[in-house]
Amino acid sequence: MKHANIYIDNEKLSVPESMTIMEAAETIGIRIPRLCYHPQLSIEGACRVCIVQVEGSNKYMTSCSAKVWEGMRVKTNSPEIRQARRDIVELIIDNHPMECQTCERDGNCELQNLAYSQGVRDRLFEGKRKLHPLESSSASVIRNAEKCVLCRRCVRVCAEIQGIHNLSQLHRGFNTVVSPAFEAGMADSVCINCGQCINVCPTAAFLEKPHTERIWRALENPDLFVIAHIAPAIRAAIGEGFNLPPGTPCTGQTVTALRRLGFDAVFDTNFGADLTIVEEANELVHRLEKNENLPLLTSCSPGWIKFMEHFYPELIPHASTCKSPMQMLSTLLKTYYAEKKGIDPQNIYVVGVMPCVAKKFEIERPEQQSPEGYPYTDAVVTTRELIWMIKAYGIDFTRLPESDFDHPLGYSTGAADLFGTTGGVMEAALRTAAEKLTGKPLTELNFEDVRQVEGLKEATIQVGKLSLNVAVANGLTNAKIILEKVKAGEKQYHLIELMACPGGCIGGGGQPYPPDGYYVLDPEINKLRAKALYNIDQAKSIRKSHENPYILKLYEEFLKEPGSHKAHELLHTTYTPREPKGIK
Amino acid sequence: MSDHTKLDSEIIKFIDECREKEHADSYLIAVLHKIQGKYGYLSDVHMHEVAQRLQVPSSTVSGVATFYHFFRLQPKGKYHISLCLGTACFVKGADKILEAFRSELGIELGETTSDKLFSLECSRCLGVCALAPVVTINDQVYSKVSPTQAAELINKARFEEAA
Repeated sequence: MKHANIYIDNEKLSVPESMTIMEAAETIGIRIPRLCYHPQLSIEGACRVCIVQVEGSNKYMTSCSAKVWEGMRVKTNSPEIRQARRDIVELIIDNHPMECQTCERDGNCELQNLAYSQGVRDRLFEGKRKLHPLESSSASVIRNAEKCVLCRRCVRVCAEIQGIHNLSQLHRGFNTVVSPAFEAGMADSVCINCGQCINVCPTAAFLEKPHTERIWRALENPDLFVIAHIAPAIRAAIGEGFNLPPGTPCTGQTVTALRRLGFDAVFDTNFGADLTIVEEANELVHRLEKNENLPLLTSCSPGWIKFMEHFYPELIPHASTCKSPMQMLSTLLKTYYAEKKGIDPQNIYVVGVMPCVAKKFEIERPEQQSPEGYPYTDAVVTTRELIWMIKAYGIDFTRLPESDFDHPLGYSTGAADLFGTTGGVMEAALRTAAEKLTGKPLTELNFEDVRQVEGLKEATIQVGKLSLNVAVANGLTNAKIILEKVKAGEKQYHLIELMACPGGCIGGGGQPYPPDGYYVLDPEINKLRAKALYNIDQAKSIRKSHENPYILKLYEEFLKEPGSHKAHELLHTTYTPREPKGIK
Repeated sequence: MSDHTKLDSEIIKFIDECREKEHADSYLIAVLHKIQGKYGYLSDVHMHEVAQRLQVPSSTVSGVATFYHFFRLQPKGKYHISLCLGTACFVKGADKILEAFRSELGIELGETTSDKLFSLECSRCLGVCALAPVVTINDQVYSKVSPTQAAELINKARFEEAA
């Protein structure tokens, strides 16, 4: 590749000509201030914060979009440029509500940090305020357009990474607002509740719908037996909220923290994951035997499921009917566990701790309610919300002793831990399905072919005499690619794992905002979180879901066998085509 | 109301032709023009159908339709009032006339009264600055309009409708 010799702040460097000034500066440790820029998204150039001086140019250039050229001389700092940048930031905040102290993002707001770092100390311009009502129609995502700075990161992530195109800028000039089509509420749009708009928003224009208040109240209610269960991706990320390095596993501390918050029992969503695998592998084996509705599409990710209902309703017969691990475990808690403990299920309050905001929608789906009409999961908090609850309660998380989950629904195999990362459900399913199909014990448990999936990966796995064509996709733009291939019928796929969020659940819409040195959707942070899960799996003595002794006991005592009538009644669900239809 | 729930066959044919072309999505504005030409405005139902037929996200259709002032999102009233807000008319007090229309009709620019009788829109210079401020109601031009006269025009129309 052709290189250009350039000078940045008098330092000489040689970089590929395809680089932007911002990227070139980063190679020598200069981080030019930015706002609308995001490394995983297309270049917008909307905020103008990243301007630099280029010799010979009478205008400042946006370093995110301007490419380097031979002999370019760049200045990233001077009194003039700092003043110009400060003016730009002041103009961006001139119609911003000044309510930082009462804002969700106080302390981790990119706009707040930017204003501070650029030295904005006075409010010189104070213009007309944008007045928009809070849009809270959605079960998962709330939208506060008054805090929007029109950086369009949400618009881009929704279109480019997720392929949803739900958000767009409507109207023009001062009246510009980011909204779904026809100014519909998020609940009436093609929004799939993945929450990536929340993740990439530099301010609090998008947030998850909070469930914390209802949980505080439940915890104080003496008539309720309040249970929490935590998803695999939580343990790999929660530490980041307490300044621990990304990828620090914190299972034991999280269990202790939840007990201190007052939960009567703490279980592991992993148990639900093991159960999902047993049911789903059974479903796969049956479909393979009958050669019908293949490929089997996984159903753990509620964002992906809603996507399918809007965008690919014709593929609904392919989706696994298995409920997600969260819903499987919650259902058991209000049936099997309630029976065992002799508690009226109406007095059990179940909280899911999830890396996901789509889970908040999932628990409200009519198909996911008990026949008596109560929800199996009463509330869902994201990793971010739980971090806040722990801090609000005054718990010093990093000094907590580790403790174990309650049993019997707190024991899980290594396979379940993998659910938190892309390729994990596939690997867990293969471990069980392979043994079921061949009748022989597996010797090699690690399926490296379906690990470290950067968006989309296909593989052919030899299971006895069978060659299984499998695919793993994360991020729904990647899902579209594989689903179009399925529809074209150019190859017979057998099993496809789909996760709405980039990297899988570890990159979910409810995960902590990234610590210093990382950015949102940073593949590096997801690699560290995934590594934590793979290490947990590797260290466990039982690593195949169908060997979980408590799962075996559950079938013996309660469900009879995988795919039984009772299992279908409690652990399986249905899907419905949804309006508005999405654009493929 | 079948014509308001389904697009006209000629427009459907036009969209189908556009889909055959390269960069089909770039014909979005042309399609919206045709719909406004036929129906007088862009309804959500029509825009949704355009999105599906042209395979352009509804949010993009909505974004384009709200960006350009020419596109109407509500049907025109029986009396379509267009008020010039060009420089000369503005200097001559068009803003006060706008205020008079707004308070008399209870609607904003681009909106239509709930009885579908009046719609209000602004235009840029009509080229008759000597007659400023200028208002047109349907094809009738009114010159040197005052705020009181604006209210009178509305009342006159209401009176005629009631008769």
